[in-house]
Amino acid sequence: MKTLEELKAIRDKMKGQVEIREEDAGSIRIVVGMATCGIAAGARPVLTRLSDIVQEKALGNVTVVQTGCIGLCQYEPIVEVHAAGGDKTTYVMVTPEKAEEIIDMHIIKGQVASKYTIESAKLG
Amino acid sequence: MMTEISLNILDVAQNSVSAGASLIEISVIADTESDMMSVTVKDDGCGMAEEQLSKVTDPFFTTRTTRNIGLGVPFFKMSAESTGGRFKIESEKGRGTCVTAEFILSSIDRMPLGDITGTVHTLIVFNADIDFIYCYSVDGRSFRLDTREFREILGGGIPFSEPEVSAYIRDYLTENKETADEGIIL
Repeated sequence: MKTLEELKAIRDKMKGQVEIREEDAGSIRIVVGMATCGIAAGARPVLTRLSDIVQEKALGNVTVVQTGCIGLCQYEPIVEVHAAGGDKTTYVMVTPEKAEEIIDMHIIKGQVASKYTIESAKLG
Repeated sequence: MMTEISLNILDVAQNSVSAGASLIEISVIADTESDMMSVTVKDDGCGMAEEQLSKVTDPFFTTRTTRNIGLGVPFFKMSAESTGGRFKIESEKGRGTCVTAEFILSSIDRMPLGDITGTVHTLIVFNADIDFIYCYSVDGRSFRLDTREFREILGGGIPFSEPEVSAYIRDYLTENKETADEGIIL
């Protein structure tokens, strides 16, 4: 069973290694809607998956945060990608699998994953 | 509707986050002999005035501005009462809110507790400035997590979202839960 001693060991190992990352002009923000509508539609595993991938791929310029109701409940889970330049892309009905594709295409390759955007969903 | 009680807990705890809480206490206490599971979410946030409190279980009441319905608390209330259990919400302006839901364990209408470890982990890791106390108890076997203890050990320089710390918190929750419930799926 995990003990607090193990946390102390992690602290000692990490001393001096951790840089508190401040958001700067070059950072990308990924925002996940976590109100009742988002949670009921499956936002929790999406948020966790996005955070895990960002950590696994060491995407240091990306932060994953949560927000409340975005106001488009029928399209939840919703993920917004706020690019460094200020542009916002809204992805809708996101699943953990789609979240992986969005990171791969949008964040790593720099191409919007058009098939999952709100514009695409509205066109049917 | 939510599909798991743990998602109701996440949703209600998000209300505590929005209420500006600095400490959120979550407890899940199950007792198979009395056939009861009690869930409490308590915070020290801004609380509610009496008038607001009286409307909070009405699905057509909300304080948010994006839509004029608020389903989180009504969902939680319904999920408890549909099992024959009880629901209570107490709040005081400026002092905080306490939500308690009691479920009859054997009721066919009870949702599973679900991924409570995922819920608590999500709350801790994504709310860096808020402390959490989490108690999980099954038939008297229990464990308690207090992020203030973690924070004291880590100091100010290592956030909970740091991969190794996040993994430690997840494992801490998973392993202690398994010890407490001995594999019983609630």
